[in-house]
Parts: sequence; structure tokens; C-alpha cells
Amino acid sequence: MLNHLRPALVLTLAFTALCGLAYPLAMTGLAQALFPIQANGSLILKDNRVIGSALIGQSFVSDTYFHGRPSATTDTDPTDSTKTVAAPYNAANSSGSNLGPTSQALIDRIKADVATAQADHPGPVPVDLVTSSASGLDPDITPAAAAFQVARVAKARHTSEDQLRALIAAHTKERLAGLIGEPTVNVLELNLALDDLPAH
Amino acid sequence: MTIQGLVQFVLFLALLVAAMPVLGGYMARVFGGESLPFRSLMGPVERFIYRLAGVNPGREQHWTAYAGSLLAFNLLGAVVLYALVRFQGLLPVNPGGVSGVSPALAFNIATSFVTNTNWQAYSGEQALSLLSQMMGLTVQNFLSAATGIALLLALIRGLTRRNSKTIGNFYVDVVRATLYVLLPLSVVMALFLVWQGVPQTFSSPAVVNTLEGPIQTLPEGPVASQLAIKQLGSNGGGFYNANAAHPFENPTPLANLIQTWSILALAAALTFTFGRMVGDQRQGWALFSVMAVLFLLGLGATWWCESQPNPLLAGLNIDQKTSTLQAGGNMEGKEVRFGIAASALWATATTAASNGSVNAMHDSFTPLGGLVLMINMKLGEIVFGGVGAGLYGMLVFVIITVFIAGLMVGRTPEYLGKKIESREIKLAVLALLVVPVGVLGFGALSLVLPAGAAAISQPGPHGLSELLYAYASAVGNNGSAFGGFGADSTYQETMIGLVMMIGRYLTMIPLLAIAGSLAAKKLVPPSAGTLPTHGPLFISLVMGVILIVGGLTFFPALALGPVVEHLAMIHGISF
Repeated sequence: MLNHLRPALVLTLAFTALCGLAYPLAMTGLAQALFPIQANGSLILKDNRVIGSALIGQSFVSDTYFHGRPSATTDTDPTDSTKTVAAPYNAANSSGSNLGPTSQALIDRIKADVATAQADHPGPVPVDLVTSSASGLDPDITPAAAAFQVARVAKARHTSEDQLRALIAAHTKERLAGLIGEPTVNVLELNLALDDLPAH
Repeated sequence: MTIQGLVQFVLFLALLVAAMPVLGGYMARVFGGESLPFRSLMGPVERFIYRLAGVNPGREQHWTAYAGSLLAFNLLGAVVLYALVRFQGLLPVNPGGVSGVSPALAFNIATSFVTNTNWQAYSGEQALSLLSQMMGLTVQNFLSAATGIALLLALIRGLTRRNSKTIGNFYVDVVRATLYVLLPLSVVMALFLVWQGVPQTFSSPAVVNTLEGPIQTLPEGPVASQLAIKQLGSNGGGFYNANAAHPFENPTPLANLIQTWSILALAAALTFTFGRMVGDQRQGWALFSVMAVLFLLGLGATWWCESQPNPLLAGLNIDQKTSTLQAGGNMEGKEVRFGIAASALWATATTAASNGSVNAMHDSFTPLGGLVLMINMKLGEIVFGGVGAGLYGMLVFVIITVFIAGLMVGRTPEYLGKKIESREIKLAVLALLVVPVGVLGFGALSLVLPAGAAAISQPGPHGLSELLYAYASAVGNNGSAFGGFGADSTYQETMIGLVMMIGRYLTMIPLLAIAGSLAAKKLVPPSAGTLPTHGPLFISLVMGVILIVGGLTFFPALALGPVVEHLAMIHGISF
């Protein structure tokens, strides 16, 4: 075994230097030079303040904004560090609900989310609006989920539904080349555009 | 199930097959010792490492010495990684200010990353410093993949050499796999990922004042460089807890497609390399066909299952139908930008390939969708499988198949001109027994011991599925999980760590012994009685053996978990 020690040690150290240090450092240098916006998290600035990342969803509860999907992320309970509390869109702790399809806890949660959603609109709720995403940080909703919320937002903002539908259409990202991925609406970008609409 | 979904699958397969001759041919050149495109750049580095290590690259090793080198190298890697995460609180490059992890978790992390499993019993963004992610995890992502490739090369040499005492030099195999294959590919992949939106920085977490008020903290780091190798090297350990479902790890549908390709790219290409190195390309394509057919069967089943509405939500006034405005189907634990098709594709690829990264939460998959993922792992991670590991696992089944075929016609079994005799069969069966022992043996132990059963988070059959999935993932060195499973107890951290080592090394050692014994044999010229091992007959035989061995071994356990859950679900029973 001892004659295996020197090569094992040298290879471990050499590759730690090469793959663990030189490689990530070189990639960081190249990334910062070539794609500085993406390399730093695609942050969105407004009035010189960072108000979000184009890639990370935020929690929206007000009637005047479009809402994202339910988020199952948690945070440490401030009163008891051994417990966790619900903290939607907590980007410091990405996670899904991990509830199985036959879980009563899942069904109860979805029932409550359906009830909340139906306050806006009596029709069937698009499934993505009442299911939590895999990361808990999904930035997107489906075009169906955006359309579902138009009436509420129009009422709260005293604006026309047609204007909002046009805004959604402008912010709907279609499949890449018509094939890859799914059509999406980025909730944060849509809400920022809402704020930029001329007041009535 | 949409046309666009189907088109994405076709595109994916086209990409996979088109890259095979390129990557596979290139690897055959690297490991055949021919002239190399990166030699002017990497040659001096390679020679410098050999000189420092006292390795004579021309000197080959007997299989026992090869195994000794492999074990010593992996053991040392585990010790270094253990120390790094245990004492990360005292070490630099720790902008999040995290402290060292517990001994049991450090053991779990060390074995997990050295065995190419990347099971994560912790939350990446919360528990690990940037130094640990970079100099610990990223390094083992490279080296564990290189170790898998090395073992495959040793086995190929065993098949192709005659009357030889040696099967290659472990250090040369690992160094070449890292310098000429994994590192250059990772550089390209990392830059592509940054372009698509994956962060690559050393700054502190970004603090964001959200539109509605609350503060949001976005942990960042050298993410892209780690993701590139975690996908290519069939590792799977994410930078973030949500892995490739996290928008920073997988920001766009294009990034998703290329990352899904990179899960299988090297494993598929190695079948081409195999054909080239054994001197008969048809042998490589035959093994690829076995893998591809099993993969497509699994993909079709998962896609169909996940496209279905959840019957338990039927009366709740929810629109679960597929339309032009939404993917519909089982969207719990899935991201909108991937929908159903791209989530099913990734899930099938990652469990087939022992990668274990996820872009959707497998715990929330439909019972039968989850069943397919478990079967992929329980077949022994041979449907493409880990880099190197998948193909050497497949060769175990090939050996069993030629033995069974030989029994049927009453001839001594042969494979590629080598007689397969009692010693090889015994060793192959030993390697085959590892998965059932890991899943059923250790799974049963965890069920009956209160400390083990406490990890189950959900009542009813789904709880059993969580446990079966965890041990299948560990022994197959996959690393994905039904995330609700409470893997963060001392019992589970220790036992799962143990099972990961059993799954890795108790497969590798018998295989190296097979390689050694095959290398020493002479070549038998093919005769009229030789079973051709490249035709449809042989391909079907191998598939039959795989499904019978895998299916019969695990059917009773799977019947109690996912099958019961499915029956409950369609009858409207929840737990």
C-alpha cells in the first residue's frame, strides 16, 4: 500500500490545484470578461438598486401584481433554530415540496390554493398556479396562468383587460425555434412592465 | 403528450448519436496512446505529474496492483474531502460564513463524491463554503469520473490482450482521462452555461430588494464550472439544493437540452470507443442498442405517466389538460420552462446514467413514473450508466448472457474470442449481487430499525418508495433522491455512505479480477459454433437477461411501494 501513497498524494494535490483552483478561476475570469451580466446572476437594476434577478422568482401577493406559482421553500424558525417555517421564494434555500401525488397534505394545500385563486376568477385554475415548483424559485408561469389573473389585476389597477392581454403577449417567451422548452411568462418582468404602464 | 415533446426527444437522440463517433473516436485515440490535439498544451503537464509522482507511464500493472492504486487514490481523496468539509469553517474562501459539518455528514459527503454518487444529504447553498464546493466537490467530480473510465479501460484491455500479465497503468488512465477528456470538455460546457445565465463569480451573495418589499438573498459562486463536470462526469451533485431545477443551474430550455445531452454524452460515446478498441465497431453498437432500447422504453413510460392528470385532484376545478397555453399534467415539483416532456427526459436520463442531478422533484412524480426511475437504477445503472461504470456494468450482464447462451447450446461460452469460464462467471455473479444486497438488504435493515425508519417522511406506500429509492440511488452511485426522505440523520448518513462504497468498490474489484484473468487467456479463433455478439439475437438476449434479473429481484419490493400507491391513486385513496 505504501508504494501507492506517493502517486496518490501527488495526483490528488496536482488535480486539486488544476481542477479545483486553476479551472474555476480561469472560468471565472473568462466568464466575467465575456458574459459579465450572466456571470453575476442576471441582476435587474432599477433606480440604481438591485430589485431582483431575471432568473429568480419573487413572492407576489398584492392584487395589483401577477402572482407566481406556490413556493415550498422554508427558512429557519427565528424563535426555534431546530424548526423551519414557510418562507416562499427564499432564494437562500431552494427546494420543492417533495410531496407525493397521493399525499393528503398535498391535496389539502392544493385545495386551499384553488380557493384563493378562485376569488379572482371562477373558472378552472391552470394547474401550474396551484402546484409548487421544483426549485421553489420558478420565475415563470404559463400563458394560461397569466391569462387567468387578468381580471383581478385589471380591476386592482383600473386598467383595461385588453391592455393587460397585450402586455402578457409581449412578455410571453415562445418555445426556442418553436420546439424546445415550453411557452413561459416571466412574472417579475411582467410586473415591472405593469409598473411602467402609463397611469389612468 | 405534445408533438413538440416528441420532437425534443428526437432532437436529443440525434444529438447523442451524432456526437458518439466524435467523442468516442477521440477517446479511442487518447486511450490508445495515439497523437493528441492537446498534446502540446497538456503533454508537459502530464509528464510533470508523472515525474513528481514517480510514475513510469510505460510500466504496466498486474490487476492487483491496479486495484491497489485505485483504492489508495480514492481513499486519500476521501480523507482530503472529509477534512475539507469538516474544517471548512476555519478555512478561507467562505463568504457565506458556514461552519464545519458533523462527522457523519462529512463521511457521507466524502464517500458520496469519491464514489461518483453525489448523494447530497445537505443543502449546498447553506451547508458548504465556496472552497469546499470548488476544491473538494469539483475535484472529486473529475477524479471519480476518471476512475470509472480507468476501470473500463482495464476491462477492455483484458478483453483484447492475450497471454498478458498486466492490464494497464491506473495513474496514466486517470491522468489522461482528466487532462484530455474531462477538462477540455468542461471548459467548453462551463462557458456555454454562463452564456445561458449560470453564475460564475466569487462575490458574496447578492442582496435584492424585491418589488413587493421583502429582502431576497441570492447565493452565487463558481457555479458553471462545477455544473459542467457534474453533468459530463455523471456526478450529479448540484451547487444548489434544488439542483438543476434551480434557475441559476438551469436557466433556459436550451441549457436544459444541452445539459440533458451531457448526462449521457460520454457514457454513450464510450460504447463507440469500446467498439474501436476491441477492433469491431459492431460490438460497440450492439451494446449501445441494448442501452438505447431500454432507455426509450423508460422514457416513453415516464412521459406518459407524468402527462396524466392526478385523479385525486379531479373534483377540485383545476385545469390539468395539455393545451397551447400550458403543459398540464403532473406539475407538482416541476418547473414551467421545462414542462412535462423535458422533465421526463431529464429524469429518465439521470436515473439511467447514474448521474443523479434533477430538473424536477422525483418525489412528486406519479407512482409509476417514479417506478420507472427506480427500475433504471435497480438494473444496476447500466442503461448508459455512469461514465465508464455503465459500460463495465453492462459487460457483467454480457458475461452472464454468453454463459446462459452457452448453457443452452452446450458449448463453452466465449466473448470477443475469450473463453468465459467458471472464475469469470463467479466474479460476475458477485458483482451482480451488490445491487440486491444494497437495496433489499440495507433497505430492510433501515425499515426495521427505528433510527432508520424515522427518515420516512410520508405515510403509506409512498414512504416505502422513498426508502427503496434512497438505497437504490446509493448502491447504484446515482445520487438523486425522493427528496422528502430524511437523509440527514446520523444513521442514514453513515449507512448510505457505507452502501455507496459497497456499490462502487464491490463491483470494481471483481471486475478488475475478471480483467486480469481475461488478459492472461489466449484468443480463440471464431468457429461455426461461436455465438455472434453483435446481432439482434444477442441484443435481445442481453435485454432479456437484464430485465429478468432486475425485474424478478425487485418486483416484490416495488409491488409494495409504487404499484400499491398507483392502485390507491386511481381509486381515489390518499394517505
